[in-house]
Amino acid sequence: MFQIQRSAPVADVVIIGSGAGGGTATKVLVDLGLHVTLIEAGPMLHPETDFKEHKWPYDYPHRGAGDGGASYFGHGRDFGWFSAHAGGWQLDGEPYTVAQGSQFRWFRSRIVGGRTNHYGRISLRYADYDLKPYSRDGIGTDWPITYDEISPYYDKAEKFIGITGSREGIRSAPDGQFQPCPPPRVHEVLIQKASQRLGIPCIPNRLAVITQPTNGRPACHYCGECGRGCISASNYSSAQVQVFPAMKTGRVNLITNAMARELITDSEGKVTAVSYIDKATRTERQVKCRTVILAASCCESTRLLLNSKAPRHATGLGNSSGVVGRYLTDNTGFGLGASIPALHGLQRYDSDGMGGAHLYMPWWLWDKKTDFPRGYHIEIGGGYGMPGIGTFAGLAGREEGYGEPLKKKIYDDYGTHVSFAGRGEMIPNADTYCEIDNTVVDRWGIPVLKFHFKWTDAELKQVAHMEQTFTSIIETMGGKVTASTRPVEQKISTGGEIIHEVGSIRMGDDPKTSALNKYCQSHDVKNVFVADAAPFVSNPDKNPTLTICALAWRTAEYMAEEMRKGNV
Amino acid sequence: MSEGINRRALLGQIAAATLAGNIGIAEAQHVHHEAVAQAKTTGVYQPKALTHHEFETLRVLSETIVPGATKGGAAEFVDVLADKNAELLAIYTGGLAWIDLTMKRDHGADFLSAKPEDRARMLDQIAYRRNETPDLAPGVRFFVWARRLTVDAYYSSAAGIKELGFMGNGARKDFTVPQDAIDYAVKRSGL
Repeated sequence: MFQIQRSAPVADVVIIGSGAGGGTATKVLVDLGLHVTLIEAGPMLHPETDFKEHKWPYDYPHRGAGDGGASYFGHGRDFGWFSAHAGGWQLDGEPYTVAQGSQFRWFRSRIVGGRTNHYGRISLRYADYDLKPYSRDGIGTDWPITYDEISPYYDKAEKFIGITGSREGIRSAPDGQFQPCPPPRVHEVLIQKASQRLGIPCIPNRLAVITQPTNGRPACHYCGECGRGCISASNYSSAQVQVFPAMKTGRVNLITNAMARELITDSEGKVTAVSYIDKATRTERQVKCRTVILAASCCESTRLLLNSKAPRHATGLGNSSGVVGRYLTDNTGFGLGASIPALHGLQRYDSDGMGGAHLYMPWWLWDKKTDFPRGYHIEIGGGYGMPGIGTFAGLAGREEGYGEPLKKKIYDDYGTHVSFAGRGEMIPNADTYCEIDNTVVDRWGIPVLKFHFKWTDAELKQVAHMEQTFTSIIETMGGKVTASTRPVEQKISTGGEIIHEVGSIRMGDDPKTSALNKYCQSHDVKNVFVADAAPFVSNPDKNPTLTICALAWRTAEYMAEEMRKGNV
Repeated sequence: MSEGINRRALLGQIAAATLAGNIGIAEAQHVHHEAVAQAKTTGVYQPKALTHHEFETLRVLSETIVPGATKGGAAEFVDVLADKNAELLAIYTGGLAWIDLTMKRDHGADFLSAKPEDRARMLDQIAYRRNETPDLAPGVRFFVWARRLTVDAYYSSAAGIKELGFMGNGARKDFTVPQDAIDYAVKRSGL
């Protein structure tokens, strides 16, 4: 049996999860003078020893293939040996289930900073029309907020985090508070020229990387390995940029290895404590609180609400509307690449730059008619990346022979490839949602999530359009694409795979059709707030992290004011 | 390999220098030169999973697949992995044994003692999938593994990375792209 331990002090705020939302809320609340108890399911992050920045493959006897060459047998570390994440598509002892006929992949990180340690750092504002999709095309639901309401919080988040970019005046990609973006690499210049010829804007990328010293953080040193984590904190991770500085105030009580289990409510239905499992001892503990912010990630926060059942709320806390778990979406994903003849014989140069592309293409047909609703943006890749395990796997498998001819092919091929990845908007549908699987519990006895997922014609047509576009760009650059005969259902990413899950605790003005109000405060339980991507009403063609930060900032300010007024 | 305290100190210097706006390439180069120095092994490698004969056969085979692979530690790489992976070990012991047996059958000597032209005759057959007859299939299939891991081993080694001309993994104050590189590619693309 679990030993129940109660710690006497009552925290002003308990924040569950230390990623983009939890980190931002922590920073904002601490700046406002509040005391925060921050619960994180994983261990403490130690950038200097945890991050493999600047490491070479040969610094490890296995070179990055993992012990026993795990990557050759399909069970290497997700995203490669050097990635800064601490988690994966599967976590030992923490299963999730997927309904028959559905496919869904769920990436979870268990570490201070969560998925911000390794994410792509693409930081795009939602456009004004993104927030009013129903008003625009009659599909989906409008957000309860306008662009003008969220814009000041984009400003705050961008200024504090540091985002590269340029002012372009494109409606689908609103400008923000930008730091200079480094110049395009050679292959990016070609992509930009080809795109321009096709009428596709290709503009400086908007990455959470600082190119100027910011708040005591040194500027980027252009090693190109943001995904490994940055020891000098020159890119955004909530751990280094928000949580650690906030801890220096002495107003943060960080509890690591604490898996939130349930929100405890009193007879009036208000949350009085958060119950969590201390992983080290496998004992249940509770931390009393005046307010709670869920920032455990879209689906984990959903799971926590659905698992917080009591006679007053038998379908889960804050779920009188029944929408919790519904309206889940991911972004669509599709990729295509090719070797570009114009890059053959190019001189070697240090193409590292920021960890990510220096250009991207925002959605450009927002005012044109297409055979699918909404749109997508395009991310690009290429350059002389650090060679390592698998760099030439395709070539070594495709080309045959051996000896100097093989070496020459490899030398000539290196750095000639470009790649394109589309990320587009998925429309919420009735067949895509998550719920509690009452038949399965994790290693701490907590019921797990079961996912239902379905792409519709809207997403499939969008991905077909991506393929045509990428093919056109590659061909305009002089490359060749071998047309794939696979059906589009096999070309589109698997649900969850883009790791842009949003929407399963959506906000809205009407408590009957939404779980949260426009400040991401529970309609039903006034001292419960949500600060991850779960409140999102739609999933526009922009990576969600910047919007998570902006909304978390707004929610934290609102909550602090409500607490000051004595309303919560 | 453990995190060198010097490397950590140098990374700190990079951070401080970048903050002050006066980073030198020297600091950056120190970091990876030191990593290179750390990677250099001392003494002769003693195989852990493969026998000495298997290891030497693999070394010669790897060197043939990718000239320079010995310098890149290709046989050591396979041995280190196979030491912790029975499936991979079986692929290699089986593949190397097949090569020896077939060499003896066809040329009267195992791979190591065979004449270089006989070795080449064998490899010219198994290095191409189109030769996958029932007789040669085990060799052809093993060669796919051998080529893949040899390529990976060499191009993840200091020697292979240097040969490719990779110039990154350093620290720079500014990111710039050589204009003549851009001109070269743009001209060739016709864009």
